[in-house]
Amino acid sequence: MARTRAKPATARAPAPPYVPLRGHPLNEEEFRGQVGSTTWVPRLEYAWDAGVAISRFLDGLREGKIYGVRCRRCGRTVTPPRAFCELDFKPMDEWIELRDTGTINTFSICYVTWDMKPLRVPQIPAVIEIDGTSPRVGFLHLVGGVRGRTVTEIRRQVRVGLPVRAVWKPPAKREGAITDILHFEPVRKRANR
Amino acid sequence: MSDRVAVVGVGAVPPRPLSVDRSYRELGFESATRAYGDAGVTHQDIESFISVCEDFHEGTSITDEYTPDQLGAVLQPVHTIAGDGLQGVAAAVMLIRTGIADLVAVEAHCKTSNILTHEQVLAMALDPTYERALRVTPHFVAGMEMRRYLHETGSSEDAVAMVVVKNRRHALGNPVAAYGGILSPDDVLASAAVCEPLRELEISPNSDGAVVLVLASEEAARRTPKPVWIRGVGWASGTPWLAGRSWGQASYAGVAAEMAYRMAGITQPDREIRFAEIDDTYAYKELQHLEAAQLAPRADVTRMVMEGETRRGGRLPVNPSGGSLGMGYCFDATALYRTAEAVRQIRGEAGRAQVAQATTGLVVSWRGIPTQSGGAMVLSAD
Repeated sequence: MARTRAKPATARAPAPPYVPLRGHPLNEEEFRGQVGSTTWVPRLEYAWDAGVAISRFLDGLREGKIYGVRCRRCGRTVTPPRAFCELDFKPMDEWIELRDTGTINTFSICYVTWDMKPLRVPQIPAVIEIDGTSPRVGFLHLVGGVRGRTVTEIRRQVRVGLPVRAVWKPPAKREGAITDILHFEPVRKRANR
Repeated sequence: MSDRVAVVGVGAVPPRPLSVDRSYRELGFESATRAYGDAGVTHQDIESFISVCEDFHEGTSITDEYTPDQLGAVLQPVHTIAGDGLQGVAAAVMLIRTGIADLVAVEAHCKTSNILTHEQVLAMALDPTYERALRVTPHFVAGMEMRRYLHETGSSEDAVAMVVVKNRRHALGNPVAAYGGILSPDDVLASAAVCEPLRELEISPNSDGAVVLVLASEEAARRTPKPVWIRGVGWASGTPWLAGRSWGQASYAGVAAEMAYRMAGITQPDREIRFAEIDDTYAYKELQHLEAAQLAPRADVTRMVMEGETRRGGRLPVNPSGGSLGMGYCFDATALYRTAEAVRQIRGEAGRAQVAQATTGLVVSWRGIPTQSGGAMVLSAD
């Protein structure tokens, strides 16, 4: 194929003058009025049965305890608990009360809310490997007790491998939910694992 | 390579109106454990997994992502059929016949008791511009279908009531069925109108449940203890327009059954099919489906049902398990319950519900209101 040689810049004809954008931004009312559409606001409500494993886990949270389960075949201890080992496909063998400390596996510093509104003080979701569980089985929660709001400030305090500890709601306010733990905060002194 | 595919494992939990003691994961784990044990295989032998589920019924988007754990399918090929249960079975047949897998598990479960706003979920299935805006309960679709069916065929309301009587009675012989009972046609006809002509007792009660089937290629099936062969499978969808569909006839079931019969080489269904497990979500549906599957001529349906030909001891037993009217309606899992019950019949494992010489059976499924989608499958002992 023949190669086209770029003409030197000096030989190019002058660019056409800018033209204003056509149209104008539609506001909500104009949009509704001018474009055919139908609206429907669903009211969908569910109440999911937590089942054997998660129910006991939630009861534990109410008491300020984190429960895990152990499979003797693969030797893994995992939390949140499940009734069966998803790798060995057999019922779990025993319940174990875990400590409420752990290590950050991964995290992100989020400057938007779950429904995509900007946040000045970011949320820090993290996967936390609870002490006493097997490696790479985590617990999704938030990191709190961190000063500052910029990436630089937060990265100085939060890192992969950081030891953290659960900060609980006061007992009277717990309701048997994952939010009975407010967040996990950095600990200075690392507990032995 | 053989083209034959068999159901080699069946596992289910008894359908019940509530299942507060266990999560859908725990119900699914029990069903899968039973199915793999039934087939004499382990989860590691299964090469591909299919989940039949609908997000709106679960209250979770991408709900199929939540099924691998309880099937033993972590880091295995898994895909979803958001449709009728027999479409899921058909997908498994295709995986096997294309040589992609020799052993495939098909899963469906139902936690209908966890849906607090059923009518809202159902309403979401109607066209938002033309149909939903009228704000009528979607059960009206069944009422209108039933009226047009009775009008076109001359079938009697007594025959519809008799379907309920028969299936509830059949359920008494099925130890896992929750709705066994002795009713008279008058009891049914005296029950309240929901969407007239449809009566309360003619609607199967919603139930929670979970079913897992294991399907195998011929070679793999020969190594299992109790294969039941899938001789033919079919499925079809009608138009979604409520205003322009065939209200009187279950056309989708007719097309699906023809497809299954053609594959099975069945030319005289009313002679070759020895029993049927047929969708009876609403009692009139059983009659509609019988006719669509060429098991009963239109003029004869009422007589057949009234004279007891579709009872367990009759010429063509229909829903000897009790059907959905006797066992409960499990939404996406219904077709797999019908299939599981048909497999038990062909194996001769149905106990007091056993049909004599149940060598070849037909399963007919329906995706439920407001759809015109369904499937058919011919199962056989050899």
